[in-house]
Amino acid sequence: MAARVASLAHGPRSLRASAARALTIGLFVVFVLVPLYWVIITSIKPSSDYLTTPPVWFPAKPTIVHYTAALFSYRGLQGLINSLIIASAATLLSTLMGTMMAYSLARFNTGGRHLALWVISQRFLPPVAIVLPIFLLFRAWGLYDTLIGLILAYSFMTLPLSVWMMYAYFRQLPKSLEEAALVDGLSRWQAFWMVAIPIAAPGVAAAAVFVFIAVWTEFFFALILTSRYAFTLPTIFRAFMGFQGAQYGEACALATVSLAPSIVLGMLVQRHLVRGLTLGALRG
Amino acid sequence: MASVKIGALHKSYGSVHAVRGVDLDIPDGEFTVLVGPSGCGKSTLLRTIAGLEDADAGDIAIGGEVVNGMRPRDRDVAMVFQDYALYPHMTVFGNISLSLRARRMPKSEIEERVKRTAAMLGVGPLLGRYPRQLSGGQRQRVAIGRAIVRNPRVFLFDEPLSNLDAQLRDEMRGEIKRLHQEISTTMIYVTHDQVEAMTLADRIVLLRDGVIEQQGAPLDLFEQPASLFVAGFLGSPRMSFIRGRLERTADAALVKLSNGGPSLALPSGRARDVGDGAEVILGFRPEHAGRANASPPADGRARIESRIELVQPTGSRSYATFSLAGQPAMAELQAHDAGRAGEPIHVDINLRSAVLFDPGTGKALQDSRR
Repeated sequence: MAARVASLAHGPRSLRASAARALTIGLFVVFVLVPLYWVIITSIKPSSDYLTTPPVWFPAKPTIVHYTAALFSYRGLQGLINSLIIASAATLLSTLMGTMMAYSLARFNTGGRHLALWVISQRFLPPVAIVLPIFLLFRAWGLYDTLIGLILAYSFMTLPLSVWMMYAYFRQLPKSLEEAALVDGLSRWQAFWMVAIPIAAPGVAAAAVFVFIAVWTEFFFALILTSRYAFTLPTIFRAFMGFQGAQYGEACALATVSLAPSIVLGMLVQRHLVRGLTLGALRG
Repeated sequence: MASVKIGALHKSYGSVHAVRGVDLDIPDGEFTVLVGPSGCGKSTLLRTIAGLEDADAGDIAIGGEVVNGMRPRDRDVAMVFQDYALYPHMTVFGNISLSLRARRMPKSEIEERVKRTAAMLGVGPLLGRYPRQLSGGQRQRVAIGRAIVRNPRVFLFDEPLSNLDAQLRDEMRGEIKRLHQEISTTMIYVTHDQVEAMTLADRIVLLRDGVIEQQGAPLDLFEQPASLFVAGFLGSPRMSFIRGRLERTADAALVKLSNGGPSLALPSGRARDVGDGAEVILGFRPEHAGRANASPPADGRARIESRIELVQPTGSRSYATFSLAGQPAMAELQAHDAGRAGEPIHVDINLRSAVLFDPGTGKALQDSRR
């Protein structure tokens, strides 16, 4: 009897449902992965294969010439190094400051009811409105076209993001863990570093990933605030659109290179993103 | 070890005046239980002693030293939280040893102390585990271990057993009492459970709306409640309250129950200061009302006639609800002699143990108590 019920449950209706589900997921995967595949495959195509009909799905003679051109002729390697330094430093700075600020907002109600909103209101301004003042300031202070300048600019630009992500995180963390630490003899500072931060690690990891990606892909400020030395990866792409036509191979090669850090980072922190560390701390 | 002295303490949260002028003197080594319904200010009082909240007014002294404005870490108190508050990213060893590490105690001594504490609480084999790998009772033991490992001057417990199931709660209650007998450090324990209060306390402090309603030894509060509130809060099933009027004759005082109910003669010498015709509430506990036998009621007892409305067996005893002067009352009966709902019953009420209250103020009438 039970077997019959089970076979009914898996009858033609549910077969159709799972087929529909598979189709939907399949379409979605195609939608996401085909452009990615096209970028990677174009980066190793000889230029004669770019725009043929029918399209070339896999080149007969793959080449790495676009990579050497993008990295060395177009200074992609320097851009990659600059981007790595800037994004890492800005992520560190923004997450560190954001976490401490968020803790203060969440636990001591710093600045009353309005400071938290004021922090995020920084993002209400259109970037165009502040880029020129920053440009003038940076020129006056000698920060124009320097790594430090861009690190500072990005740290402050992404601060609202890390503050708000961590603010939300700390607010849902039970206070009693830190109170237990205080009674146990820790100072507030020690309770923050030894108890609150380790428990908030998944939140910190998530905030760091978001900040890193925001900085890694930023184009507009990098374009205005740098020229020959501190330029970042995204700013190089404009060079691939020239009078002689588009350099598809070089653009795709550099795009492939610039994808790598985000993917590696995503895999590294994935464990933290899904792990709920508070499990077991409190009741059942 | 230390005494705790609290003077005229006030604490508000915004418009909520949680603690309104509490004076409390807890001698060294005493087990004091703060009890009361939720929102009575007991947890706030405890947190203020711990230093997790600042007092708005008044003083707190631990061991003769005023600690207002002192950080929690400098007060040398330990606290067990309702939700255990174990650090999820540390092992049991890490949890118990944190306070010692914070005080930069030498490693060998930390190890020795943690092991001794863990053995005492029966969590020795669990030192390498994380809180999420422990059962509720084990977590509770670790939380207690974290408190006792550093020999604080005062222990604070904030409803530590309320998350445990009934059986484990009874077991842990016994262990906490044994712990106090062993280390005899001052303990202040917050609960809303009157059974916990009665069983654990050297002294019960019953709070209501941020003030102390009554304090004293558990049996004193139980037998001589100062108010209707205390009488109703302590004891389960609770005390029966019957409205009436005091009537005096030449040589006796009677309580004439309302709604044309019977008149009950008080034992001689009771209610001497209560005026003739005064409204009173007669309170008696179920254990002071029982089934009448064939002989006339003993001295100090009043016999009434009623009908059983409801019988609640508990195993060793059964509780019968009956109506007295139109008001519900309860009697404690032998388990096998409880009868059924609807049956008539004769009840003897021991008026020596009964308490008279003033319905206007809710206070016990002074000389109505034993």
